[in-house]
Amino acid sequence: MIDETTRGNALSMQATSAEPLARDTEHRSRADARHDFIFRILLRTCALLVLAALLGAALSTLWGGRDVLFKDGFKFLFSADWNPVEDQYGALAPIAGTLVTSLIALVLAVPVSFGVALFLTEIAPNWMRGPVATAIELLAGIPSIIYGMWGLFVFVPFMAGIEPWLNDTLGNIPVIGALFHGPPLGLGLLTAGIVLAVMILPFISSVMREVFQTVPARLKESSYALGSTTWEVVWDIVLPYTRSAVIGGIFLGLGRALGETMAVTFVLGNSYNITSSLLMPGTSISSSIANEFNEAVGLHRSALIALGFLLFVVTFIVLLIARLMLRQLARKEGR
Amino acid sequence: MSAVYARRRITNIVALVLSGCATLLGLIFLVWILWITLENGISAITPTLFTKITAYADQGGLSNAIVGSLIMDLMALMICAPIGVLAGTYLAEYASSTRLGASIRFLNDILLSAPSIVLGLFVYVIVVLPMSNLTNGAISFSGFAGSVALALIGLPVIVRTTDEMLQLVPGTLREAALSLGIPQWKLTMQVLMRAAFSGILTGVLLALARLAGETAPLLFTAFGNNFMTAHPLDKMASMPVTIYQYTNDPNPALHAIAWAGALLITLFVLALSLLTRIMFSRKKVSYE
Repeated sequence: MIDETTRGNALSMQATSAEPLARDTEHRSRADARHDFIFRILLRTCALLVLAALLGAALSTLWGGRDVLFKDGFKFLFSADWNPVEDQYGALAPIAGTLVTSLIALVLAVPVSFGVALFLTEIAPNWMRGPVATAIELLAGIPSIIYGMWGLFVFVPFMAGIEPWLNDTLGNIPVIGALFHGPPLGLGLLTAGIVLAVMILPFISSVMREVFQTVPARLKESSYALGSTTWEVVWDIVLPYTRSAVIGGIFLGLGRALGETMAVTFVLGNSYNITSSLLMPGTSISSSIANEFNEAVGLHRSALIALGFLLFVVTFIVLLIARLMLRQLARKEGR
Repeated sequence: MSAVYARRRITNIVALVLSGCATLLGLIFLVWILWITLENGISAITPTLFTKITAYADQGGLSNAIVGSLIMDLMALMICAPIGVLAGTYLAEYASSTRLGASIRFLNDILLSAPSIVLGLFVYVIVVLPMSNLTNGAISFSGFAGSVALALIGLPVIVRTTDEMLQLVPGTLREAALSLGIPQWKLTMQVLMRAAFSGILTGVLLALARLAGETAPLLFTAFGNNFMTAHPLDKMASMPVTIYQYTNDPNPALHAIAWAGALLITLFVLALSLLTRIMFSRKKVSYE
């Protein structure tokens, strides 16, 4: 092939007649077409690797967890009995722990994120917006292991200090009081939920801030002109206009919270008991895997990989919803 | 002043004050975490940290973990940067309006926030287990497996930034080049890549910032090693995993070393992400 090209080039240099030149041009455009084709296939293969990564993650964890899934089937999901000594594996406690901590994180992070977004788009003076937004987003840049260390060495003792107070105040409220009864260990579901809330705060607030900025100034100004207060503009104009994207942002945060490992592993306490109190130690899917995987063999290891599969499926669905909701606003904008 | 009017004003003031408090709360947590890391880390940074290996435990340092992390981060970048750039180019140049392109872009955004521990399990099943079976257990956990797991973390970041950056290149540039008869692969590699180079580099640096702090995907791929090694098929130590192990240990002297490592890694990651922001603040980059 190279020979032909060089011969073609040599010919075209020698020749003064038009015929070899035409042959050369044709030759070149054929080579170009071939290279274009190869290049395109190469690019497409790389792009398909992204799909392969997602599909592979799902299939390989399903394959790795097949032993326990075949043995127990749906019992794996609903049994609370996790006992490596007797080779019994029920995933209810980790599932419950993951859901409860993520829920606490959402309940705490959503209003705070909304506040941050409101402050940064409507209230703060212009010079303050950029630096403060960067600072809040830096929270997302801190590695999760640092959250874990800070959680274990600093935040757990801090929580142990205020938990007796929680017992005495929130613990006396009927119905939800039971959630706040327990020994002041510092470790536990509530602590993990709060650490997660801090971690997902920058994700939710940056989505909210970005979509709040897409609201046409016309709409807001019309509302101000009718005498609305800033709060009324945000609550009645901005929020309804961006509703789907705001929900998308919240789901994005939820997806992060569900899958987070390092920050919660240290502060959860690693206990497979399901309790009614948020102050008690618990476990989560990701922290069970991180804590036990390297000591696990046989069915135990299979059960942990099956947990990973479960986590992947749940986060995939949550993130899918998040992206679909976020896309709705982009459509409205005509992007 | 009517009661309704007063109530509206009070609601407004309360809401605005609360939103200021929310922002303050976020900043307090940022400062709190950074301050604790700085306070505990600085006092523990000593020369032995960089000269001794982790085998000496509380008499030792982190040199093998630092070297291991550098090797795995670089290998991960060498895997995910070319693939990510080419995949992002495909999305921007070849599939910007096709259904395949739209679905890959969509799923890439999901991969961007997929749980990293599951990606670690994935690599365990497809790299660590087969290698162990092939070699009868002689090679199992390895630095190579760790880099593959880290590459999966970095890949979607690079795909997304490359895609966005190429879309910012003006269409007239493409038309001008094509009208000169240049084939599309040359247009892409020699014109568009050059025009978007700084943006694509930002993506690679962001990916590095993202994967350098990851712990979970390394636990069951690179595992850890108390001795210095540069061989990609050995078990390899890394900063985050060593910090994790030391934090779990009851020995307070190890906690101090863990804090020093935590400070180094936080400084590295935050400096990288601030650098990319400052250098390319005019271009729009997505961080999540």
